[in-house]
Amino acid sequence: MLNLSFSRFKLSAAILVGASLAFTSCGGNTQEGGSDMSGSISIDGSSTVYPVTEAVAEEYRAEAPDVKVTVGVSGTGGGMKKFSRGEIDIVNASRSINDSEAKTAKENGISYVQLSVAYDGLTVVVHPSNDWAKDITVAELKKMWEPEAQGTITRWNQIRPEWPDKEIHLYGAGVESGTYDYFTEAIVGKSHSSRGDYTASEDDNVLVQGVSTDPLALGFFGYAYYEENKSKLKAIPVDNGAGPVLPSLETVKDGSYAPLSRALFLYVSSKAVVRPEVVDFINFYLENAGELAQEVGYIPLPDNVYNEQKQKFEQFATGAATAKQ
Amino acid sequence: MTNSEKNRLKDKAFQVFGIFCTFIGLVVLAIFLIDIVIEGIGRIDWDFLTSLPSRRAARAGILTAWAGTLWILVLSALIAFPLGIAAGIYLEEYAKKTKLSDFLEINIANLAGVPSIIYGLLGLELFVRFMHLGPVLLVGALTLSLLILPIVIVTTREAIKAVPRTIRDGSFALGASKWQTVWNQVLPASFGGILTGVILALSRAVGEAAPLIVIGALAYVPFVPKTPMDEFTVLPIQIFNWTSRPQAAFLTNAAAAIIVLLLITFLLNGIAVYLRHRQQKKIKW
Repeated sequence: MLNLSFSRFKLSAAILVGASLAFTSCGGNTQEGGSDMSGSISIDGSSTVYPVTEAVAEEYRAEAPDVKVTVGVSGTGGGMKKFSRGEIDIVNASRSINDSEAKTAKENGISYVQLSVAYDGLTVVVHPSNDWAKDITVAELKKMWEPEAQGTITRWNQIRPEWPDKEIHLYGAGVESGTYDYFTEAIVGKSHSSRGDYTASEDDNVLVQGVSTDPLALGFFGYAYYEENKSKLKAIPVDNGAGPVLPSLETVKDGSYAPLSRALFLYVSSKAVVRPEVVDFINFYLENAGELAQEVGYIPLPDNVYNEQKQKFEQFATGAATAKQ
Repeated sequence: MTNSEKNRLKDKAFQVFGIFCTFIGLVVLAIFLIDIVIEGIGRIDWDFLTSLPSRRAARAGILTAWAGTLWILVLSALIAFPLGIAAGIYLEEYAKKTKLSDFLEINIANLAGVPSIIYGLLGLELFVRFMHLGPVLLVGALTLSLLILPIVIVTTREAIKAVPRTIRDGSFALGASKWQTVWNQVLPASFGGILTGVILALSRAVGEAAPLIVIGALAYVPFVPKTPMDEFTVLPIQIFNWTSRPQAAFLTNAAAAIIVLLLITFLLNGIAVYLRHRQQKKIKW
């Protein structure tokens, strides 16, 4: 009886393993496209940049089916850590590299190039029934988000006297996200510094849900989330001294929506750029980023900026190649 | 009211309260399931199961995700099963009651309560960085094996404990050694219980995303892993990724992927229930 159950187990284990092997072999690649490149490219980092890179990687597969491009989402911080240790080739970043990350990279003999690939416009939103907040200045945003506001700024009329004497409920990005770093830098003036008594989430859909069901809410998140949920939200034009501006494709692209439009970056490692498939992939990326970024909800850079990025990358690649020889 | 009437009333009251408590859990689960099924069932078709991830929600599939999940499942079972059972047998049958074995026991119980993300960090430092294995399937399976090992050990011990003393004594009386007794009597008698524990532990591992994200499991993998040294993604990571996207169509995809993940979990639990049932029927002392 004992032996029976053991051999049964072995059999079922064997079947499981067999089955898993069988299906692995049926994911065959279709050979098409013009490139005979091969190899693999590892990318990790920001979940904000992820949709753009995913879209590019998907399209690149048709171009070079033998290049395995993989993309992770361990966050800008997590990605940078791996990048500066030389564990990955490219990092998706929703902020610039910081000093300690740059130092680690240097210690490991890694230099890098920063390429902008798209814009995101952080959008300030309120509930659609909110009829008083028609525009907001950067100073007012600072007043409600700075660390000193904690516990003291709790009502709409404290921000602007003609606004109603009602509670204000704040919703914003969680402190681990690059979005939070960017917002605090742009509004409060110091990265990673804000009041703590607001509803925080790393998941923008949660923030959409919160603001769209709370008539006293004010929140901020990426433009794509506003764009997809326009019917449930109301965006507030932000006034940076030159009159209130609503985020849109045009205002973010031409820089008039300030200071809340930010660039999304790729960092390419000097150790990776000596491989032809990496150069090929980055060129493909910069070639197609505009169109694909817009498709996944971000805002493309102006064409001349993409051209600048290409030149910047080419110089970097040549430099790295010469250094190697 | 007499005393016995009072007691009967209390009895009844608790019964009603008990039913209420039971239903809270069930109703919440039912609402969740119905919501998910309504949202996602229409999305599941052959293409969804056999397509690669894509930026277009309608074209995206979960091939690499469920393949990764299946790989992880098989590898974790192969690793955690022998380790956990051997440790359980040692602690229950061989270990003398010493300070060391007390210490081990307390720590294993504590390990069962450690949050899964901590195991992820351990896996990252130990397997990815120190042993330089990279964020591959084998590392994911090793990390999840560590995660479920305490559960496997504890259930193994419980199953072995349930084997009556008299069976062992009988075996010893016939001149069998300790190992012969364990191998020929104790293990066969407790195997159903052990297997149940292992499978339930695996069904927990299947739902983990956090530790795998920490070790560097990916979100976009355009190929099915072929060896344990390949990079991978799993269903929970794909679901997590889709739920955080702005476009509503990705939420439908997430719901469909949740259904697939639930089916895998239910299937595993079903196997566990079947094995326990068969075992109970088979053993007659």
